[in-house]
Amino acid sequence: MDNLSGGHVVGVTGPLATIEVKKGQEVLQNEVAFVVCQGVPLKSEIIRVRGNLVDMQVFESTTGLKVGDEVQFSGELLSATLGPGILGNIYDGLQNPLAKLENNQGFFLKRGQYLNSLDEEKVWEFTPEVSKGTKVKGGHYLGKVPEGIFDHHILVPLTFLGTWEVVDIKPVGSYRITDQIAVLRNDDGREETVTMKQQWPVKIPLRTYEERLLPNRQLLTQCRLIDIFYPLAEGGTACIPGPFGAGKTVLQQIISRYAQADIVIIVACGERAGEVVETIREFPELEDPRTGKSLMDRTVIICNTSSMPVAAREASIYTGVTLGEYFRQIGLKVLLLADSTSRWAQALREASARMEEIPGEEAFPAYLESRIAAVYERAGLVRLYNDTTGSLTVIGTVSPAGGNFEEPVTQNTLKVVGAFYGLSRTRSDQRRYPAIDPLISWSLYLNLMGDSLNKQRNEEWVTLVREAQDLLFKGSEIHQMMLVVGEEGISVDDLVLYLKSEIVDAVCLQQDAFDVVERATSEERQVSDFLLIMDMVHHPFTFKGKEEAREQMTHMQNLFFQLKYCPFQGDEYQRYRKEIETILGKE
Amino acid sequence: MILEHSRITAIQGDIITVPATGITYGELATVKSRGRTSLAQVIRLRGDGVSLQVFAGAKGVATGDQVRFLGHPMQVAFGDALLGRIFNGSGDPIDKGSELMALPRIDIGGPSVNPIMRVIPRGFIETRVPMVDVFNPLVESQKLPIFAAAGEPYNDLLARIGMRANADIVILGGIGLKYDEYLKFRIAFEQAGVLSRTIMFIHTASDPVVERLLVPDMCLAVAEQFGVRGKRVLVLLTDMTAFADAMKEIAISMDMVPSNLGYPGSLYSDLASRYEKAVDFEGSGSITILAVTTMPGDDVTHPVPDNTGYITEGQFYLRKGVIEPFGSLSRLKQLVIGKVTREDHGYIMNSMVRLFAKSREVEQKLAMGFDKTADDDRYLHYAKLFYDRFMDLKVDIGLNDALDLGWKTLSECFRADEVGIKQEFVDKYWPKGH
Ligand SMILES: Nc1ncnc2c1ncn2[C@@H]1O[C@H](COP(=O)(O)OP(=O)(O)O)[C@@H](O)[C@H]1O
Ligand SMILES: [Mg+2]
Repeated sequence: MDNLSGGHVVGVTGPLATIEVKKGQEVLQNEVAFVVCQGVPLKSEIIRVRGNLVDMQVFESTTGLKVGDEVQFSGELLSATLGPGILGNIYDGLQNPLAKLENNQGFFLKRGQYLNSLDEEKVWEFTPEVSKGTKVKGGHYLGKVPEGIFDHHILVPLTFLGTWEVVDIKPVGSYRITDQIAVLRNDDGREETVTMKQQWPVKIPLRTYEERLLPNRQLLTQCRLIDIFYPLAEGGTACIPGPFGAGKTVLQQIISRYAQADIVIIVACGERAGEVVETIREFPELEDPRTGKSLMDRTVIICNTSSMPVAAREASIYTGVTLGEYFRQIGLKVLLLADSTSRWAQALREASARMEEIPGEEAFPAYLESRIAAVYERAGLVRLYNDTTGSLTVIGTVSPAGGNFEEPVTQNTLKVVGAFYGLSRTRSDQRRYPAIDPLISWSLYLNLMGDSLNKQRNEEWVTLVREAQDLLFKGSEIHQMMLVVGEEGISVDDLVLYLKSEIVDAVCLQQDAFDVVERATSEERQVSDFLLIMDMVHHPFTFKGKEEAREQMTHMQNLFFQLKYCPFQGDEYQRYRKEIETILGKE
Repeated sequence: MILEHSRITAIQGDIITVPATGITYGELATVKSRGRTSLAQVIRLRGDGVSLQVFAGAKGVATGDQVRFLGHPMQVAFGDALLGRIFNGSGDPIDKGSELMALPRIDIGGPSVNPIMRVIPRGFIETRVPMVDVFNPLVESQKLPIFAAAGEPYNDLLARIGMRANADIVILGGIGLKYDEYLKFRIAFEQAGVLSRTIMFIHTASDPVVERLLVPDMCLAVAEQFGVRGKRVLVLLTDMTAFADAMKEIAISMDMVPSNLGYPGSLYSDLASRYEKAVDFEGSGSITILAVTTMPGDDVTHPVPDNTGYITEGQFYLRKGVIEPFGSLSRLKQLVIGKVTREDHGYIMNSMVRLFAKSREVEQKLAMGFDKTADDDRYLHYAKLFYDRFMDLKVDIGLNDALDLGWKTLSECFRADEVGIKQEFVDKYWPKGH
């Protein structure tokens, strides 16, 4: 690093170091720099330049740093390493493989250790997809290697501008990711060698595709409340705000297991390490029902938990999104789950406060809104250069202070997402899990995907869903009324309507994440059970009085309740279903 | 290298600034004033200005006082000799025992554990408090606060759980602890015969505010050392709100922009870096943290309980002398319920709480003057049984007995098809004759 430019430390507060550079020296915003602390270079990122004073956020503890300590610039933006071998990894926010750090360091994370993100010794079976003379652009496929259950296409480096000609391409064979697999030449006659590994700056969106498409296909999560009531689209965005303990993480965990995506990227951002451990330890043991392989084979975990350095937390979301965009580029259906975006926003706030910027609402920086929008905007369904599609769907949790959705992170997120799953304390206190409040949540995709849902599920689907949503609203109104005027103050009809809405709530919305049968509901079962429930809703019950209504409807609820715990189409299931159909006069 | 300086250029709150070079960030210093010496820590470097927080407070510090930089961060003595000992907020013995000069000293506030080196917690800690064991069981390596308004018996509950839990070592951190409360802890531990496996770091209400900042870090650094040596350590901290308040004072003296009610924007990270020390080490010991977080104005949305709730693995609400079933939560409970504990545990837990919620609704309805239905009577009866048999903190009963009592209570008030429990469990556990 001798010949590279640099400077020296003139101030330190928390993870922020201010350095002085020589007058006239070129400095790059978001450039990576290393500050040498007691002989150990600590990775940092330049986040502000004022004259010859440069502020950097240090991605490690700054204890031991001194005024006068040396700083070296790398000339590179903070980047992710892309190529075969990403899947199954557990990275920190800067894409260090934590499992390798473990071998080196024992129980605790020692600072200043930066390892290769990808295994450079591993050999991959490469098959070329272009021949000499082919004209290519950044993002075109040069070849492929099998990785897990899919073909990992090797891309012309995404940073390459303009058109290039393939001068050399390696034949079928075994290569490491650092081996040269092609030589490309551009119009100016400049030649570049290409390997299977490449870099992309994490804060810059990858746009090497033909066009973005309107998200109009469902991404199945196997969570009924989401899939039926507020569905999510492939390439869409959603947020899950909720007070602590309302079930944000559990919801994301079950989505990460059962969602019908090719790749799942989990960004554990500033939350508990223990929660990631469950995923790390359990996923390798769990089978992905779609492929029969271990769930870990389709998963990448980025783990910058709450006690890990706060600046790297800010980077972790960008690292995750960049990996997601890369897999989308390969034509895959990618789902990114970030828990929690509020911790990321707080990392921005901490840096902003240390730089003494003028604070906005609740001391968040004024650019919070645009930063949030920029992250969610990187999701999308795209048509690639070869006419196939790829998608990146993003679901972020939000942890509003005091559980109050009026705060800046929630509000700015709501402006940019396509679906809102608001968790309520009332519902979680009542153990109505997932505690998504059906009365405040919404999804723009129900309309957007209307046609395909009707085609796929049932010709009346969207109408029925709207009707069920309506019933929940009415049920809640009647419930409110009962709280004021008592049960004696409402009609039998209203009582029945209320009890019907309670059945929909209990057996359709509520879904036990820890029950083997309940935790995931297939599309087929969702359709079949929901139609039965709607038959019940449509059934013109006649009761002599409220007493009888309550009794009969409680019985009905219990039948549905038993039904939902029975494996689909099994004997037990058929028996309860029969019994319900008999009451509804449907056999 | 020890450097001395004797020109303090600024004193603001409990922060002093001295011109000095070659000083490292986070380093410790002593400030010698008239008649006393205090520890201080470097919290900002700016050119040749070094700002330090003075743990004993800057009151009485003079601009000519001598500041000695020690060249290392805060440390604490470590060794088996700590067992049974009591220290103050800066780690000096306050019992009549000997000085611990011979022991090695370890840095406090060390790096975090590599998440990969954690294992999924599996140890159920039985407390014989049914509101804990049945509804929100405590799990080894969990971090759990007790949320309580001033005046609630939170320290009694803490001591009670601390004495019964089968940990190898108990470390008590008192932060702004009233002297009487400290004595109560000491006497309770003595009587229970656990003092010899206890270590106490006690900062009392009359000690300097900034000194509070050291207590959790000292407790946790010691706990960590025992933990990696295979010991199962339980850390009790009371009261973490006092800790957060000290952090607020420092932030204000530093002219930091507050995010909420004067607390710094880093409050979440500051609390998390302490609570995250709770861990189950792969192939070694564990650290479990039970803390008290008092809620100013009995308001959970106050920044301290709010941020704490987001960090910890659940919380117990102590209100009117009982643990509230609503809001109280053990996030790790599913790791042990029905796996380590009896198969019907989960069903009983959910069903009883759901029905108790309904009872509360009935109570509210009646309070508003509505007619009572026959149904209501059953719910009221249930609510009473629930309180007497489960909520009352005097109840002292093991988990399996409590589960049996749960079935009995349900069957005394409801029909089997009303409780929303899977048929196979109803068939197996529903008391005969109901
Ligand atoms: N879908 C669910 N089914 C059953 N229990 C749940 C569900 N969601 C949440 N819980 C319970 O609530 C607790 C808190 O959930 P969690 O997702 O950790 O909350 P948050 O991330 O919102 O703070 C969990 O430990 C679990 O006991
Ligand atoms: Mg969570």
